[in-house]
Amino acid sequence: MPELDAHERARSFDEVAVGYDADMALAEAMRCLQCANPTCIAGCPVNIDIKSFIGRIIDGDTKGGVEVLKARNALPSVCGRVCPQESQCEAACVLAKKGEPIAIGRLERYLGDSDLSCDIDSRCKPDVAAPSGKRVAVVGSGPSGLACAGELSRLGHAVTVFESLHEPGGVLVYGIPEFRLPKQVVASEVDMLREMGVEIVTDTVIGATYTLADLREELGFDAVFIGNGAGLPTFMNIPGENLNGVYSANEFLTRVNLMKAYDFPHHDTPVWRGRKVAVVGGGNVAMDSARTALRLGADEVFLVYRRTEDEMPARREETHHAREEGVQFKMLCSPSQIVGHEGFVTGMTATRMELGEPDVSGRRAPVCVLDSDFVIDCDTVIMAVGTRANPLLSATTPDLGLTARGYIVADEDGATSISGVWAGGDIVTGAATVILAMGAGKRAAAAMDRWLRVPG
Amino acid sequence: MFRIIHKRQLSDAVFEMGVEAPAVARKARAGQFLILRVDETGERIPLTFSDWSAQEGWVRFIFMRVGATTHKLTHLEVGDELADLVGPLGRPTEVGSGRVAVVGGGVGAAVAYPVARAMCAAGDDVTVILGARNSELLILEDEFRALPLKELIVCTDDGSAGRKGLVTAPLKELCEAGALDHAMAIGPAIMMKFCAATTREFAVPTTVSLNPIMVDGTGMCGACRVSVGGETKFGCVDGPDFDGHAVDFEELMSRQRVYVDDERSADAEYSKGCSCHL
Ligand SMILES: Cc1cc2nc3c(=O)[nH]c(=O)nc-3n(C[C@H](O)[C@H](O)[C@H](O)COP(=O)(O)OP(=O)(O)OC[C@H]3O[C@@H](n4cnc5c(N)ncnc54)[C@H](O)[C@@H]3O)c2cc1C
Ligand code: FES
Repeated sequence: MPELDAHERARSFDEVAVGYDADMALAEAMRCLQCANPTCIAGCPVNIDIKSFIGRIIDGDTKGGVEVLKARNALPSVCGRVCPQESQCEAACVLAKKGEPIAIGRLERYLGDSDLSCDIDSRCKPDVAAPSGKRVAVVGSGPSGLACAGELSRLGHAVTVFESLHEPGGVLVYGIPEFRLPKQVVASEVDMLREMGVEIVTDTVIGATYTLADLREELGFDAVFIGNGAGLPTFMNIPGENLNGVYSANEFLTRVNLMKAYDFPHHDTPVWRGRKVAVVGGGNVAMDSARTALRLGADEVFLVYRRTEDEMPARREETHHAREEGVQFKMLCSPSQIVGHEGFVTGMTATRMELGEPDVSGRRAPVCVLDSDFVIDCDTVIMAVGTRANPLLSATTPDLGLTARGYIVADEDGATSISGVWAGGDIVTGAATVILAMGAGKRAAAAMDRWLRVPG
Repeated sequence: MFRIIHKRQLSDAVFEMGVEAPAVARKARAGQFLILRVDETGERIPLTFSDWSAQEGWVRFIFMRVGATTHKLTHLEVGDELADLVGPLGRPTEVGSGRVAVVGGGVGAAVAYPVARAMCAAGDDVTVILGARNSELLILEDEFRALPLKELIVCTDDGSAGRKGLVTAPLKELCEAGALDHAMAIGPAIMMKFCAATTREFAVPTTVSLNPIMVDGTGMCGACRVSVGGETKFGCVDGPDFDGHAVDFEELMSRQRVYVDDERSADAEYSKGCSCHL
């Protein structure tokens, strides 16, 4: 797929991957073997009928292709951009064994974007069933909540989504940067949900503005879906972490993405713009932070990770992009202390690591090399070392069954310990992916629909 | 949208504002706060409730014009709308400690007022110490006088109202007299630090209401980190009230200063296009 030049784009928030035009999409689609028994579909967590939508592109039937996609996935323009296709559908493509798999994600994005480029009346709008007379509240407007809301509304229920922030989208708007997922794409997808009749109420914290019990007892909702994510940032608990210039990835990304601090002072929220930035972690969140720091004007950005690049959980495409743009990888390093002067960061001490025996996750565990401490000269540190469940809602919902680590206990369908309350997405699985969160929202919607239709 | 239904200027740079927010008003408790955005490009700023009415569906807060956002806020009038308002956030202040001194310094008086009121309602024996640089900056004195307080002690740095001197002087006298089971200090970090230092000597448990920089106010970002007893806490969800004897005030004050240069430049930029002389 065409991309902006690495040097040019490393200073700009414009989207990196430019996307296919119609000719490129057709050429790529034509490579598809249209297998009698397509293996790709099983590789997709929501089982999109990949063979059919590619078939529609080959036939020149873009609208038909969009319909196939939308039957399974309400947010194709989002998933086409951020799904880890290389380990899902594309890994299962028969052509993967022979070399280059079909670029399924890019074709998905192509179709999704062609739908978004229409005005709202000519967009592909799922048929909405006759009103059921039931009302459902959805807590959180991340991918799980949006997918659940879309599906419930399609099934004829009146859905209200409650979001604590001022904008809907969850991680899609506050976490994933503009250069990877333009906020306009998310806004257009949300517009379609509104068009389908979903009501979205922002600035409302469930657990504070209303409790979960209020939603049912006072506001009269028949059922509730909880998709409040795993948004609580963790830190390393090393000395110096509260110095100025140390951010959680969540704070750094929220300031830049949701609050648009890159456009300060036209947007009022500031962000500390470091010259030398150390990002700690090896996942997508770390890559997004590092690439964002470059775009804010940093001279040098270091990615500090305690294992090697092979163990990094980030998508290959993202590590590749980060390296191309100039992020310097410091592998096998574990931060031990952040040092500062007059309250501001001036550096980070790290210990060298080496890989030992495989641990429970199957990855080789890093072990410290004795007396190997060294200092990384930096004025900003971004901690991208994971998130946990936010207890705001659960603390005010005593009957809600939780795991030892505070995640909500739910069955395959998302049913929780409280009758009439479902949950899904990161708050059940721990930090995962957009598509898994959407799949969970959709499965819960189907179960909720069955429950709501039981006469009684 | 959140319509402004009340605005009152309390001093040169201090304003009281009331906003329609029925759902928030129903849940608000003393010591909790809200987060607002003035407009679509605005930042999220936390402000503690100064008053609310569940019945009439409004909340009030008091703010001092210090930067671009609060400057913009001063230009909104009754009938205008705020882009966003969310709450109530944070834990309510604990009441029911018995003989309590509530110290409100500067704009902190705005928070001290509902706190003192809630303590009175819980049957506490409440002495309020109000402090300001001068009489012009003293706010809510009449409101405090209307509460069933044991005593209201007013202090100004220049003696233009009440006693001349700092709030710590009467606080110390109360401690010395053994008249306190608990103290609560709300105001600038430096004032809270000295209040906590004053009561520590007498082992009077002391709560402070911290005001770290925040973004979301729901535990999602960690901008509001404070060190309490050597542990990192999130001011927005674990607080805003903390044990004053355990808070690292130096760190708090340092963290409050991260963006001073940005704030100054943003305010200068905004003020260029603004005809007011605030
Ligand atoms: C920086 C970053 C990059 C990522 N990149 C990728 C990627 O490339 N590909 C991929 O597949 N996945 C990626 N992920 C993971 C993915 O974004 C998440 O797995 C997914 O968003 C989870 O969806 P969710 O609906 O469970 O929760 P979230 O997206 O977290 O949404 C939860 C929503 O609920 C709101 N909320 C929380 N509590 C309350 C409450 N009490 N009341 C009301 N509302 C509340 C929150 O404000 C939020 O809007 C990334 C994550 C991050 C942080
Ligand atoms: S303000 Fe973001 S966690 Fe407290």
